[in-house]
Amino acid sequence: MSDMAKTENMINNKGTHPLVEVKNLKQYFPISEGLFKKRYVKAVDDVSFYINKGETLGLVGESGCGKTTTGRTILRLYEPTGGRIFYDGQDITHVDMMSYRRKMQIVFQDPYASLNPRMTIGDIIGEPIDIHKLASSKKERREKIISLLEKVGLNSEHANRFPHEFSGGQRQRVGIARALAVDPEFIVCDEPVSALDVSIQAQIINMFEELQEEMGLTYLFIAHDLSVVKHISDRIGVMYLGKLVELADSYELVFHSVHPYTKSLISAIPIPDPNTSRTSKRIILEGDVPSPLNPPSGCRFRTRCPYADKLCAEEEPKFREVGSGHFAACHHLEKIS
Amino acid sequence: MSKVLLDIRNLKVSFFTPAGEVKAVNDVSFSINEGDVLGIVGESGSGKSVTAYSIMGLIPFPGKIVGGTIDFNGHRINDMTEKELRSMRGNEVSIIFQDPMTSLNPVYTIGNQIKEVILLHTNLNRKQANERAIELLKLVGINEPEKRMKQYPHELSGGMRQRVMIAIALACEPKLLIADEPTTALDVTIQAQIMELMTELKNKINMAIILITHDLGIVSRMCEKIIVMYGGKIMEQGTIDDIFYNPKHEYTKGLLRSIPKLTAKEHEKLIPIEGTPVDMLNPPAGCPFAPRCKKCMKICLKKMPEYTKISDTHYSACWLLQKEEYEKSTGVIKGE
Repeated sequence: MSDMAKTENMINNKGTHPLVEVKNLKQYFPISEGLFKKRYVKAVDDVSFYINKGETLGLVGESGCGKTTTGRTILRLYEPTGGRIFYDGQDITHVDMMSYRRKMQIVFQDPYASLNPRMTIGDIIGEPIDIHKLASSKKERREKIISLLEKVGLNSEHANRFPHEFSGGQRQRVGIARALAVDPEFIVCDEPVSALDVSIQAQIINMFEELQEEMGLTYLFIAHDLSVVKHISDRIGVMYLGKLVELADSYELVFHSVHPYTKSLISAIPIPDPNTSRTSKRIILEGDVPSPLNPPSGCRFRTRCPYADKLCAEEEPKFREVGSGHFAACHHLEKIS
Repeated sequence: MSKVLLDIRNLKVSFFTPAGEVKAVNDVSFSINEGDVLGIVGESGSGKSVTAYSIMGLIPFPGKIVGGTIDFNGHRINDMTEKELRSMRGNEVSIIFQDPMTSLNPVYTIGNQIKEVILLHTNLNRKQANERAIELLKLVGINEPEKRMKQYPHELSGGMRQRVMIAIALACEPKLLIADEPTTALDVTIQAQIMELMTELKNKINMAIILITHDLGIVSRMCEKIIVMYGGKIMEQGTIDDIFYNPKHEYTKGLLRSIPKLTAKEHEKLIPIEGTPVDMLNPPAGCPFAPRCKKCMKICLKKMPEYTKISDTHYSACWLLQKEEYEKSTGVIKGE
């Protein structure tokens, strides 16, 4: 066991090192303005969290908050600007990822854009098997593909068909089968059900849960729909403009949120229950999310926050522990609760 | 009792594609009173948008209304010429589309696009139209309206653009507003703002709204009545209490069971509707939901059932209900 994974600010509650951990992760994207001037979009700015083995961590936030970028940076699909990424205790911030790709996979949001339309389903799922040389013969490759198809609720007939012959839900199953082809330990699920109809969503969500139980998978589940994230996650992190503003156990977060942004986010979600809708009080946030090119000073949420004062503009709030395993970044937590 | 504003009877809309006829809307009937808010829910391809577009006379090629009648505010839309339709669109019926990014013209200023509608449908002169446009922008909650009038769509955020779309739609105080997934492309906090705005404006000018969405949460917050569509047909219709607390159709029940609930205190396993969406090119002969229905009977695959009246407001098309019809007393609304 490596000592490198031990963090100063966050300690794994199980006493072992977490499977995935990020420390002070930063991801800036340059935007050139003229010849020598460069500005940066701070898509992810100083984010730290860990995910235990077999756990699901949900990440929620509005578009542009950096949740997808966080997921992709963990997989080193983007080179991080700063901070460190650990996998199973090893620092993988700058290593060759080839061997880690077998352990870390991703399922993308758009089942229409993430499958090559010119490849058969069999070849799409077979590609990772070929790349990582996981099959010694053609027969073994084919068997592997069929068993993967069956695992995600499709069958061997589907292997010779093309993506356009499938519905959105079926394509997402193919995307999941492809991720599972290398027998990974950790999967980043980037809005995997957002593009699907409600009745199909539940099928896919249940499948993620069943696969986790069966294969002991660890998920980072990214979505904007808090109802879905709460359903599937053990813990949830809420992001706003590149920062993690609150992190807690899912039920704790939904029922006892402390950060004003989380509170308004939860109250803004329409509950499919007429009686609740009639009685519930809503906190309507004013204005839009500011541009990540030019985020507000101090606390990034202060421009829309009903509690903001001078301190919020001057000083950035610390991400501090407010209860057991419950973290939030706000100056006025005591005042709000 | 308020007046019936829109009455659709046995509407059939088909798309004649090279692969064959697609019956996008198949025998749909409903009506709306003045000032009502009606939600149409359904999956992609269920015909909810096509139904609404046919009210505007906006069915794109190769689609065609092949049967039924649409009566709006005393005139029959089926018989209208293109010219008559044009004078009605934006004036008596308005529509807001799903994607505020693409439904505004990128090369005209916001002011221009709002004024266009006003000049077309009213007798106001340019100066008055300008004032009216500024007034509308204020109404939809856009700050510094004078400045915004001179801006182009790309200078505004998604939420702002949707507000501009609403301002355009409301320019002539329509009797009916059709909102086709008005908040789907927006973030939840912005979505909450837009829904609040629509409810507020509805009360102010007493217009009826048809809200098309797949989000049952939005429906339960905004609507009084709901139509549940599947495979081009209405499966069930009723008040929100009928549909949420006393669903009668297997599809509606399945839909309600399959959504994760934010308010659930413990982990409840979702019960999905198995199977895949209906193939509209080769729909089943009977009930379109039959192939995915757990309680499917032989007759379901052969013949579409009639609507069973559960109460004055609540109708559902299911053979199971037809079977029970005589045993069950009607007119009882549970759910309180």
